Amino acid sequence: MSNSFRTTNSIGLINKDKKINFTFNGTIYHGYEGDTLASALIANGVHLVGRSFKYHRPRGFLGVGVEEPNAMVQLHDGNKSEPNIIATEVELVEGLKAKSQNCWPSVQFDIGEINNVLNRFFPAGFYYKTFMWPKSFWMKIYEPFIRKAAGMGKAPLLPDPDRYEHNYEHCDVLVVGSGPSGLASALAAAKNGARVILAEDKPNFGGSLLTDEVTIGNMSGKEWASDTISQLKSMPNVILKKRSQVFGYYDHNMTVMIERVSDHIENPSKYTPRQRLHYIRAGEVIVSTGSIERPISFGNNDRPGIVLASAAKEYMKVYETLVGKKPIIFTNNDTAYSTALEFIKNDIEPIIVDTRDSSNGELVKEVQQKGISIKFNSGIADTKGHLKINSAIIGKLDSSKESFISEETVECDCICMSGGWTPTVHLSSQAGNKLKFNEDIDAFVPDKKRQKETAIGAANGSFTLNQSLAEGFQVGFDLSNKFTDQNNPTNSPNSNEPSYEKHEKLWCMPLPSGKKPKRFIDFQNDVAVSDVELAIREGFRSIEHVKRYTTLGMAGDQGKTSNLNGLQYVSKIEKKIVPEVGHTTFRPPYTPVTIGAIVGREVGNHYLPTRKSPIHTWHEENNAVFVAAGLWQRPRYYPRGSEDMNSAVNREAANVRKNVGICDVTTLGKIDIKGPDAPEFLNRVYTNAWLKLPVGKARYGVMLREDGMVFDDGTTSRLSENHFHMTTTTAQAANVLSHLEYYLQVVWPDLDVNVLSTTEQWSGIAVAGPKSRDLLSKLFPDVDMSNEGLPFMGLVDSSIDGIKARIYRISFSGELAYEVNVESNYGLYMWKKIMEVGQSFDIQPYGTEALSTLRIEMGHVAGAELDGRTIPFDVGLNSMVSQKKDFIGKRSLSKDAFTESDRQTIVGLVPLDKKTKIPEGSHIIEDNSAVAPIPKLGHVSSSCWSVEYNNPFSIAIIKDGKNKIGKNLYAVSPLKDISIPVEVVSSHYVDPEGSRVRS
Amino acid sequence: MLEIKCPYCGKRSQNEFSYGGDATIKRPQLGEEISTEDWDNFVYYRDNPRGKHSELWHHVSGCRQWFKVSRDTATHEIFDTCKMNEDFNV
Repeated sequence: MSNSFRTTNSIGLINKDKKINFTFNGTIYHGYEGDTLASALIANGVHLVGRSFKYHRPRGFLGVGVEEPNAMVQLHDGNKSEPNIIATEVELVEGLKAKSQNCWPSVQFDIGEINNVLNRFFPAGFYYKTFMWPKSFWMKIYEPFIRKAAGMGKAPLLPDPDRYEHNYEHCDVLVVGSGPSGLASALAAAKNGARVILAEDKPNFGGSLLTDEVTIGNMSGKEWASDTISQLKSMPNVILKKRSQVFGYYDHNMTVMIERVSDHIENPSKYTPRQRLHYIRAGEVIVSTGSIERPISFGNNDRPGIVLASAAKEYMKVYETLVGKKPIIFTNNDTAYSTALEFIKNDIEPIIVDTRDSSNGELVKEVQQKGISIKFNSGIADTKGHLKINSAIIGKLDSSKESFISEETVECDCICMSGGWTPTVHLSSQAGNKLKFNEDIDAFVPDKKRQKETAIGAANGSFTLNQSLAEGFQVGFDLSNKFTDQNNPTNSPNSNEPSYEKHEKLWCMPLPSGKKPKRFIDFQNDVAVSDVELAIREGFRSIEHVKRYTTLGMAGDQGKTSNLNGLQYVSKIEKKIVPEVGHTTFRPPYTPVTIGAIVGREVGNHYLPTRKSPIHTWHEENNAVFVAAGLWQRPRYYPRGSEDMNSAVNREAANVRKNVGICDVTTLGKIDIKGPDAPEFLNRVYTNAWLKLPVGKARYGVMLREDGMVFDDGTTSRLSENHFHMTTTTAQAANVLSHLEYYLQVVWPDLDVNVLSTTEQWSGIAVAGPKSRDLLSKLFPDVDMSNEGLPFMGLVDSSIDGIKARIYRISFSGELAYEVNVESNYGLYMWKKIMEVGQSFDIQPYGTEALSTLRIEMGHVAGAELDGRTIPFDVGLNSMVSQKKDFIGKRSLSKDAFTESDRQTIVGLVPLDKKTKIPEGSHIIEDNSAVAPIPKLGHVSSSCWSVEYNNPFSIAIIKDGKNKIGKNLYAVSPLKDISIPVEVVSSHYVDPEGSRVRS
Repeated sequence: MLEIKCPYCGKRSQNEFSYGGDATIKRPQLGEEISTEDWDNFVYYRDNPRGKHSELWHHVSGCRQWFKVSRDTATHEIFDTCKMNEDFNV
C-alpha cells in the first residue's frame, strides 16, 4: 500500500518531497516528513492499530493528538522499547518501529477477543464481584490471572539507554497552549516586558488556527499564527517551547513540562537528551489549552474508522490525509460541517447525519448550497465491520429522541462524529480551581481559582475566535502588568469566522430495534453506557464511586474524551442536572510521562552523591572491599589472596588485639563549637557534666532526644577555654548538627555559641593495639607518648614534615589506641607515613567489619543498640547520666515506664556449642518448646566472631537483662529456621575492667 | 513543591528546607519542676489544625537558619515567614 489515502493538495505541514520509512507490525510503510505515526498509517489505509483494554475489541484512531484513547502502540525494540505510546503523538522518524499491543497472536486475530463474546460475564465491578472468595484463591489463582490479563504494552526489562535531563525555569508568565488565545496572551505579556514561556504540545504552534478557516486582521488564521510566532521569537524575554506538554500543576505555581527533545530526530548525538523535564515556577500561569471534541455514544461506536470530526479535518488540513473516502459526518452541532466542507474540497461527498431538527448556521448553509442533503433529526444506531467499519445503520429519531422510528443501512468507510466541545480544564483543576458548570456549552469551566492561574479562550469556555483573542490580549496584558511597569497594552485585531448555531443536548443514541450493541463512553477503559447503568442500578451514587466502579475516566487518558459524556449520562439516569452530579478529580499527569524523564540523570552512580575519604585511593589500591555507610564508601575489609570475608575480618581484628591496626575514621561527624557559652551548651546537650573539662582533654558524651531516647554518642574535646571539637557517629552527623542549631537558634538563643561542621576538613586515622604507642613514639619523636605524657582521653598537637597533626588518645576498639587527625589534604600522606613506620610493628589496616568485631567484644554500643528505642539505662550508660544538672531529655527519664526495673537491657550472648553464629535480629525466648504466641524477651542487636575467645559472641537487649546473666535461653531466627541455645553473659566480654585502654 | 521565603536568603524551593514542627511549642525551662502531663504535652502532643499553622522550617541546604512560617495546612498558602526573634506581619 502506498499512501492511497493522501489528498492531492499541499495545504498542510508535511513535506511530500521527503519520504520516511517505518515499520508497523512488521510491515514496511512510508510516510513523509511532518507526519505522525497516526497520519502515516491512515494515509496507508491502516486503521486497525490495537485491541481494547478489557474486551480486546479491534480499535483504531479516534483523535489526532493528545486526546487519543485507543491508538496506543509499543515503540522500538530491546532496551529502547516503550509501551503505551499514543500514535497520534509520535512524529515519524526514519526506521521507526511500532507494533500493536494487548493482542495475541496478532492485532488481526486476537485470542483475547473471546472477552468480547463473553462480555456479559465481564460487567463493571467484575473483579470485585468475582474474586472475593474463596479467600485462599487470591494469591495463587486470581492475582496471577489478573496480572496476566491486565495492562496494555510490555514494560522493557532492560535498562533505559537514553539520556534524560531536568531543567529548572522561572518566568513571569507561563502560557500553556499556542492556539489563538495563547498566542494573543503571550504576545501581549511579552510586549509589555514580562518574561514569558509559551509551551505547545505539538510540533507546530497555532492550535486551531492551523485548521480553521478564519481571518485575523488582514491575514488568514494560519498566517497570523506564524507572524505572531516570528514576533515572539525575536523577543529576548520569550522562551518558545514546542513538543512540550505541561502535564502537572502543583503547589505555589510549580508546573512540570515534558519536552520531547530528540524523539523526532533520526540519529541524535548521544549527548542530546531524549526528553527534558522542566520544572517551571511561574508568577502567573495562563491556561490556554483549548478544547477537545466529544464523541457520541451509539451502537458499536468504537470500530476502526470512527473518528472525531475535528480529527478528520486536521488529518486532511495538516497531514493531507483522508480518514476515508466514503465518510459519514455525525453531529449534534455546527462545527462538524467544517469537516464536511473539507471533504467536499477533496471531491468527496459526505453523508451528513444531524440529531437536530434543523440549523441555520453559516457552514450548514454552505454545505447545503453545494447540493449536499442533510439527514436532520437522525442518528446512527449501529455500525458493522469487524476490523474496520463498512456500514452504518442510520435511524430517524422520534420526537422524544429516545428511540428510532425507522432504520436504513448505509455503506461507509468512516464516521466523523462530533458531540460538541469540552474545555480542557485539567490544569486548572489540578491547580485547585473549583470548576463551575456552564449550561450554554454543557461543560465545566474554571471558576474559583486557588493559585495564580487564569484560563482563557476555549479552555475557559469562550468558543468564538473574537472572544478568545480579546481574552488573550486582555489577560496577557493584565497579568504581565504585575511584573513590569511598562503599561503597554496590545490591541486585539479584528477577526472573522463563521457563526455557529447551538448544539443539541444529546450525546447518547437510542439502541437499534431488537439489538443491544455496546455504546462506548470511555474507549480507553472500555466503559459502555450499560456499565454506567449497572453501576447506578447497584447503588453507586457518587460520581467518584461510579468512576472507580466502572473505571470511567481513569488511568492515562484521564477522561479527556469521556468525562462529560459519562457525567451527562449519569445526570440523565439520575434525573439530576450535571452540576449536582459533580465531576471527578483531574489528576496529574495530564498525559503519560516516561519514567526515565521523571528520574532524569539521577541513575546509576548519580542516584546519590558518593562521599569518599581522602585516603580512598589507598584503600582501592590495597584490595579493600567497600561498604556504603550512608553516602560514604568505607573499606569493609582487606582480603589477602583467596581469603574470604570471615577470615579477613578475624585476621584484621586479631592483629589489633595482638599488634597494631590502622583504620580510616574520616567519616565520623566533626563539629567545631566556639563561644563563651560553649561549655554551658555542651552541659545541656550531653547527659554528663562538661563545665569542668580541662583544656587538652577529651570526654565521652551521650546525648538524648527530649523523649529520653539515646540520640548519639561521641567524644568531644576542649581545645581552649571556649573552643570544643565534637565528634558524632557517621550516621547521625547531619542530624546532630541540625539538633545543635535548633537548640541554639530556637530554644536558647541567649547562648553565645557557634557551631560549624568540620567533617570534611579533618581526616581521622585510628591507630589501635598494644604496639600503637611504640609506633606513634617513633613517628612523633617530639611527643611524650607515655601514660603520663598523653594519658587516656588526652590530646596533643604535633607535626611531622611540616604537617600539623592532632593526636587524641581515645579508643573504640578497647585497646590502647590513638586517633591522628590532620587536615584532609594530608590524610593520605599521614596514612602512608603511619603504614611505613608501622611495618616494623606488624601493622595491618582494618575495615568496618573488624571495627565492629572489636567494639562488640568490648560491649561498646553503636547504632544497632542506639536504635531510637533505648534510654541510657537500657544500654549500660546510666553512669553517664548526671543527677546534678538538667539536660535535654532528662525529665523523660523519670517517667514511670522508664524507671521500671525489668526494662529490656543490654547483655552478652554466647552459644552453648561455641560454634553457631547468632543471626542479628534473632528473638530471645525462654522456652524453646512453648507454643505460639511465645513471649519474646528481646532481640539480638549485634553479632561477631570473638577473636579474643575464638567463638561467636552477640549483644542482645532483653527483658530484665542484668538478672538473666548466667541463664540459658534460646535465640531463634524464624527466617532462617534456627533455634540456638545460648548463655547470657555480661556485654563487656573482653577486658571488662577497661584496663587496656588505660595501659 | 512549595516555594518558601527564607528570611535570610529569599525565595527558595522546598527541597532546600526541612520541616521542624509547631513553632508555638515552648520548651520548659531547664531545671523546672514539671508534671508528667505537662512534660508529655511538650514532648508528644501537637495540635493538627486544618488551616493556619505556625511552624518551624530549617534552611538545611542553604544558610542553616531555623525560622518561622505561617502556612495554611489545607491549601499550602504561606502567609508570612520571619526570623525566630520576629513576629509574623499577617
